[in-house]
Amino acid sequence: MAEAKGTPRWGMAIDLDRCTGCQACVVACKQENNVPFSSPEEAAYGREMAWIRVMAITEGEYPKVKTRYLPMLCQQCDNPPSVKVCPTGATYKNPEGIVGQIYPRCIGCRYCANACPYQVKDFNWYNWSGFRWPQEMRQSLNPDVSLRPRGVIEKCTFCHHRLQKARDQAAIEGRKVKSEGEYVPACVQSCPAQAMFFGDLNDPETTIAKLARSSRAFKMLDELGTEPKVIYLKEGEWSATPRE
Amino acid sequence: MRHLESRQALQDEDAVLFRPILRTGGQFYLVAAGLLAVALWGFYAFSQQLRYGLGVTGLNRPVYWGFYITNFVFFIGISHAGTLISAILRLCRAEWRRPITRMAETITVLVLFFGLGSIIMDLGRPDRALFVIPFLQYGRVQSPLVWDVMSISMYLTASTIYLYMPLIPDIALLRDRVTGWRRGFYRALSLGWTGSPRQHRHLEIAIAIMAVLVIPIAVSVHTVVSWVFAMTIQPMWHSTIFGPYFVAGAIFSGIAALIITMALIRKVYHLEDYLKPLHFNYLGILLLVMTMLWFYFTFAEYITTYYGSAPDEMAVFWEKLTGRYATFFWAMVLFDFVIPFTILAYNRTRRTISGTVVASLSVVIGMWLERFTIVVPTLVNPRLPWSRGVYFPTWVEISVTVGAFATFTLLYMLFTKFFPIVSIWEVREGRERGLREVEERIREYLPGPARPEKARVSPEPPLVR
Ligand code: SF4
Ligand code: SF4
Repeated sequence: MAEAKGTPRWGMAIDLDRCTGCQACVVACKQENNVPFSSPEEAAYGREMAWIRVMAITEGEYPKVKTRYLPMLCQQCDNPPSVKVCPTGATYKNPEGIVGQIYPRCIGCRYCANACPYQVKDFNWYNWSGFRWPQEMRQSLNPDVSLRPRGVIEKCTFCHHRLQKARDQAAIEGRKVKSEGEYVPACVQSCPAQAMFFGDLNDPETTIAKLARSSRAFKMLDELGTEPKVIYLKEGEWSATPRE
Repeated sequence: MRHLESRQALQDEDAVLFRPILRTGGQFYLVAAGLLAVALWGFYAFSQQLRYGLGVTGLNRPVYWGFYITNFVFFIGISHAGTLISAILRLCRAEWRRPITRMAETITVLVLFFGLGSIIMDLGRPDRALFVIPFLQYGRVQSPLVWDVMSISMYLTASTIYLYMPLIPDIALLRDRVTGWRRGFYRALSLGWTGSPRQHRHLEIAIAIMAVLVIPIAVSVHTVVSWVFAMTIQPMWHSTIFGPYFVAGAIFSGIAALIITMALIRKVYHLEDYLKPLHFNYLGILLLVMTMLWFYFTFAEYITTYYGSAPDEMAVFWEKLTGRYATFFWAMVLFDFVIPFTILAYNRTRRTISGTVVASLSVVIGMWLERFTIVVPTLVNPRLPWSRGVYFPTWVEISVTVGAFATFTLLYMLFTKFFPIVSIWEVREGRERGLREVEERIREYLPGPARPEKARVSPEPPLVR
């Protein structure tokens, strides 16, 4: 694939018709980003942390039930409600459209988490980085991603550190980051069903740009005007929000 | 000579106002010790939170805000008791305000610390609280939370000045009555007040300016508090009515808190002569108006949601009316409208002190519930169906809340031990100048020459020195 023209706009596409709900992306993300694990009690309390979650959606009435899976992560909104309200600018949108999080600046007010319509921001309830990280597991920490202190919000950054690496490499070679294939988040890389795609939405030639134009494409809660850069693909009507 | 005698008589008449400062009984220490114990328990709970993090609270994903934010909105609401009501009454030249302005203003200044405190306690990183300062630190003026910080600190400053200025003549009175270290204390605080006509004139101008200034600031404070919620797009938060709705609710709970405070002070310090049933009655009428206004706003808010019938809004709507938060919701309606309205609408119950106090207690409880039913049910019912939440506070949040109330009461008690809780000079001024002024004013309203007796009125020297 060619070099990116102009400023890229990184986006992701997830094909729900391909997703098997295997959770590989969840594991890959936790490993890649040093996301803390939690005990079953904490998880039951709504304190488990994951930057990407596979949501199970059950449709229909017994005996005609159908379960579908939907990986949910920060939608990297172009018009992010979370960024608008942050009092310190700890969450911000960078020129390439990635919504980032500055941990040393976050005061932990959780305003952004409440303003986000997708509930994808996690809070560090406990002190993870210190004694709670078991000795055996420290070996597997990714040195490219900082551990978050207690009391701050964290979320998916589209593996921003991978973009930085790709940028450095491209700079050495005197070019720009390729619009597809060179910079890929861990979840996309790990998906065995090849249900996830990643690339520059501004480049009409990329797979993701083509998928975004497909008739199967839709955006989650599109009506809110948050302009997500995560695009879901599904045949037929989307009804992810059944109500009791 | 007659003049001097009457002055002496007046001083004796107001002796009861000096008594709490000059003498402290055993009962005071007993109550203070009890409150201190509760306050310390609250501090202990908070220290646990500082040590182990917000994990010790009942908050979770997606219910990121709970008791602390409820308390924050509630305390800021109570703060509207004072400065706003006192300023409005002053500007309207309502003569009956004289014995109650100080009590009201003191509530404001003290309770604001708890409003600010609640929000700092809610932070995951309280050590970084100062990051929100705009321009100097990272504060983003686009964030509603930063509007809050700016507006509340402005309100705190203005109401502190507004409390302090009318205190100066009273501090001067105390300076001349006490001995020892306290004399020095009051001398420093009295800023060289001698009671000269010039000083009086300046003080009155300054108070009038502050009274005009604090009203828009007070309105802005609760407006931006509501905007913290309204500026998001979450169901039943994103509402244009929230600004005035919260301001009305704030004044509502503020008046109620004021009535309760007045009744307590009246009882403890034997101020039956100063705080008469008519004061309670007048404030009761104000409270009645606010009850109806509260009902109007609540009705308007819910009926528009219901007719709009957006599914996300309706999920929250039914959660409040029939779901898990129905108890809170209907208790709120009972305490905020049914009980106070029934009591206050009848002259027979409103004209008794106990009637207005019961109504006020009900309103204070109801307004806390109102804040709670605004904050939590929305968070429990986010748009996407797979992260429904539950929220139960833990002992830490409850202890901190109770501790905050105890600390507030304790600080208020201490204040009455250092400063007269009824503005002595203003009461005297009422006796000496108010009576005449009111007569003149009424004459102006009536047909005929405006001031027939003007020539006879000679400027009298102010009695307070
Ligand atoms: S999905 Fe939520 S956290 Fe992510 S950019 Fe959008 S509003 Fe912000
Ligand atoms: S929790 Fe952190 S990132 Fe979120 S709004 Fe508060 S300061 Fe900003």
